[in-house]
Amino acid sequence: MISICDLEKRYGAQRALRDVSVDVRRGSVTAVVGPNGAGKTTLIKSILGLVRPDSGAIRVDGTLVGDDCAYRARIGYMPQIARYPHNLSGRELLAMLTELRRAQSGGAPVPLDDELIDQLTLAGQLDKPLRALSGGTRQKVNAVAALLFKPDLLILDEPTAGLDPASSAVLKDRILAERNLGRTVIVTSHFMSELEELATDVVFLLEGTVRYAGPLDELLLRTRKANLGRAISHLMTEAAA
Amino acid sequence: MKLLSPVTARIVSYELRDVGRSRWLLAYAAFFLIVGDALLRFGGADKALLSLTSVTLFIVPLVALVFGTVFLDDAREFTELLLAQPVTRRQLYAGLYLGLTLPLVAAFVLGISVPFLVHGVGEPRLRVSLGVLLATGAALTFVFTALAFVVAAFVDDRLRRMGTAIALWLAAAVLYDGVVLVLAMMFADYPIERALLGLTLANPVDLARVILLLQFDVSALMGYTGAVFQQFFGGARGIAIASTALAFWVTLPVALGLRAFRKRDF
Repeated sequence: MISICDLEKRYGAQRALRDVSVDVRRGSVTAVVGPNGAGKTTLIKSILGLVRPDSGAIRVDGTLVGDDCAYRARIGYMPQIARYPHNLSGRELLAMLTELRRAQSGGAPVPLDDELIDQLTLAGQLDKPLRALSGGTRQKVNAVAALLFKPDLLILDEPTAGLDPASSAVLKDRILAERNLGRTVIVTSHFMSELEELATDVVFLLEGTVRYAGPLDELLLRTRKANLGRAISHLMTEAAA
Repeated sequence: MKLLSPVTARIVSYELRDVGRSRWLLAYAAFFLIVGDALLRFGGADKALLSLTSVTLFIVPLVALVFGTVFLDDAREFTELLLAQPVTRRQLYAGLYLGLTLPLVAAFVLGISVPFLVHGVGEPRLRVSLGVLLATGAALTFVFTALAFVVAAFVDDRLRRMGTAIALWLAAAVLYDGVVLVLAMMFADYPIERALLGLTLANPVDLARVILLLQFDVSALMGYTGAVFQQFFGGARGIAIASTALAFWVTLPVALGLRAFRKRDF
């Protein structure tokens, strides 16, 4: 579904991504893990075209990520920080995203899936201005927005950070349901146990380089560890040595 | 028109709704309302227009830059959200730019014209002057909000961004004419009129000043560059040339801003 080839990105002197090459299989749930500043968000944003890499190529379903924006119609993205225009309400925001997609597709109706609004008990909050909402509630709006357009590819950057345990469980169930529908998911998180529940594949980044990319069970076999958390810390000590 | 694709129009309408609810925008309109009303109460329409011209030349670039910078800071995550949608950077840039600039222009136009509508404009000649003031202020808004995009693209740090915006305003609206004057005095023995004209064309605030004051025909308030302009071109031709240059000035920062916006990381 996604093939990333020799990706390089510098921020000044800092090399955020070095020679990153990764393939993401259709229907996989790929966990992108690594310590803070390893390049996880930069990698995700490169796929979305938010970050312009210095060199290398990303193809989503064969389309080269560049100036063309049509491939993003099939992506649902949930960013790490949930900050929106302060004066809009949640409902206005979702309506705007819907209208934007409709305008871009030349007026064709856009199929919607707003099941998550009820599941996250968000309906009562949607008419308030977004600035009046707590960080967690805005994160829920974020999640609804990411899943609203039945995306083939779901990109979630720290989706459960700031969510209460119940909402986090709802979201995780939803991600599993998407996985069962054959959708592709890319997810970052600092909670290894959470990723282990969801992921089929793992990409481990350290200082901008890929240290492991492949199926989760293969990683566990290779490191001979019982879970993802221990496998990752094993890889980190290995890298430090 | 490419600039106003349906997607851009959507973005603009949402930005208008968002920016339209801003208290600062109301304060901006109210400022011109109050100043204009006071000037008209205590003096003629003639003098009021002249004073509003000076106020416009200072305040409009300042507000466009500062409001624009704050707007773009606030819009950062929203920009990110929209760029993750099937929206091109050009569409989003046009949407953000118009969504920022149109409310500012509307606030300016309303703030300036309502007091005149209430108190009466007076002679037809002044009606033209009022129109020129409105058009020039609008043009300055378009120029300086675009410059806010340029500043936002090149300065990463939030505080330094605001500092740069204010420095830019200070340079264009306050220092520039003074520097030109100093240069003129230093090189008084040389034929430097052409160079000075070039300097006038290079600063949108000076251009706006020249247009407005040639229109009012008051060279005493023209500043040095204005005086040179009048000497060189005379009234009508001067206005035409300065207006063309100002129109060019609107497109240049808009194009620069777009270029920077397309290359930027979010």
